[in-house]
Amino acid sequence: MSKPEAHDKRGRAAPRNEPFLAEVEAQPFWDNLKEHKLTVQRCNVCGSYFNFPPQAMCAKCLSSDNEWVPVSGKGTVYSFVTYHRAWHPAYQDQIPYNVSLVDLDEGPRLVSNVIDIPPEDVKVGMAVEVVFEDHEGYTLPKFKPSG
Amino acid sequence: MSNISGKYAVVGVGETQVGKRPEATTNSLHIEAIRLCLEDAGVDASEVDGLLTNQPLTDAHRSYAVRLAHMAGIDPSYATDLALGGATPIAMIQNAVMAIEAGMANYVVCVHARKRATPDPTPGYPIRSGDEHWEQPWGHFSAVANHAFAATRHMHEFGTTSEDLGQIAVSTRKHACMNKNATMQKPMSIEDHQNSRLIVEPLHLFDCSLESDGGAALLVTSMERARDLPRKPVQVLGMGQHHPHSSVMDAPTLTTLGSRKSSEAAYHMAGLGPKDMDFAQFYDCFTITTLITIEDYGFCGKGEGKDFIKDGRIEVGGDIPVNTHGGLLSQAHLEGIMHVTEGVKQLRGNAVEPERQVQGAKAGVISGHGGSLCMHASLVLGVQ
Repeated sequence: MSKPEAHDKRGRAAPRNEPFLAEVEAQPFWDNLKEHKLTVQRCNVCGSYFNFPPQAMCAKCLSSDNEWVPVSGKGTVYSFVTYHRAWHPAYQDQIPYNVSLVDLDEGPRLVSNVIDIPPEDVKVGMAVEVVFEDHEGYTLPKFKPSG
Repeated sequence: MSNISGKYAVVGVGETQVGKRPEATTNSLHIEAIRLCLEDAGVDASEVDGLLTNQPLTDAHRSYAVRLAHMAGIDPSYATDLALGGATPIAMIQNAVMAIEAGMANYVVCVHARKRATPDPTPGYPIRSGDEHWEQPWGHFSAVANHAFAATRHMHEFGTTSEDLGQIAVSTRKHACMNKNATMQKPMSIEDHQNSRLIVEPLHLFDCSLESDGGAALLVTSMERARDLPRKPVQVLGMGQHHPHSSVMDAPTLTTLGSRKSSEAAYHMAGLGPKDMDFAQFYDCFTITTLITIEDYGFCGKGEGKDFIKDGRIEVGGDIPVNTHGGLLSQAHLEGIMHVTEGVKQLRGNAVEPERQVQGAKAGVISGHGGSLCMHASLVLGVQ
């Protein structure tokens, strides 16, 4: 994995295109994805699902007793955009590409990509399901239209 | 009316030249703004005992406020950096009022500058937004894309169009063309807006704010002290904040923001409402931000913004002139501090070019908006 540059020529944080696998609280998320399992955090005390990013304690009851549980992988597009500019060279030949906010049926929302269809065909409210995209050293959850 | 309303005032403003300032540094722009502000207020640095600032995005310090105070000859008994993104300049004024009310300071300088149009010759370490780990692996970067999510939702829920957003860019540009210290001086048409390239659809280039060099500062003190100073004091009548979520991932909605509750709190403290406002300076990092803010501040109903902004209603001479300086879209992006200085200047009545002066302005409302649409602060200012 390439080391991120501290900042670009105008002093802004340099963008990168790979996951931050060292984030301690997120490690089960990335480990489970390698086995093609999409999981989210759920509180063992009050049963609430956590929002992303991952965190140590439940925001509803502040219990630290939680686990990563599998989800159906089904969700709905809350909103979406189409990138016409690449902020990172890795995306230069992918534009125009979709980025969506996907609300999982269980509640948590992920930033991800709706793939397999042209970006102009993505719609708010569209039903989607997870697909796993394997990369060297990690797997990304992405979404395609259901059915 | 809360008894703090009207008790404190802005008595000095300083605005540097904006645009490209290749010779300047982040530090020099801050100090230049402080000097201009104190000259305007007729107050010596030795009398100033408080300083509030925003951490520079590109050069985080343990305490930038303390460093800055001593670079500007100020020996503060109250100083700190605030961190609410584009809501910070308004939060500075609010914290200045609270510090003076609490007896911790008498004269508080609020200052912010940015060095984004030209490279800073002495860059430091950048601040992270906090969400990038959960965005960048999917090719999601930058504020424009998060605001584009809000635009997609607003279009879906209310039928707002890109041309409607273009109207905001066009009206704001008109004001910039009346402001000698605005970066953009060429009039814009809806056609120009539509022909500008797509950045993150549905937002075009002309839906986006500028990258700027520049800075501004304000001096806050009590009305009691203000009476001995040369400038007409502009009173802080109402203050509010609301931060309803921390990212686009935990936002219950992207079409009503912290702007709703924040403005309600500010109006309540002021004992005034949207109908009493003579102008609005609304944070406009993107056109969609202005549209949502106009609705959330009660100038029209939710979803009605697209019709409200037409027919010159938000231009000088219209019902509620918005961003009479040209805003972040066409004047300069200094994280909204010039929305506050513009509000003060409009209320002084003789401090801006006559063609963009809101005649007889007695009260105005100002918004600040930060992060992934998650932070918001509001200020109602007025004169007696």
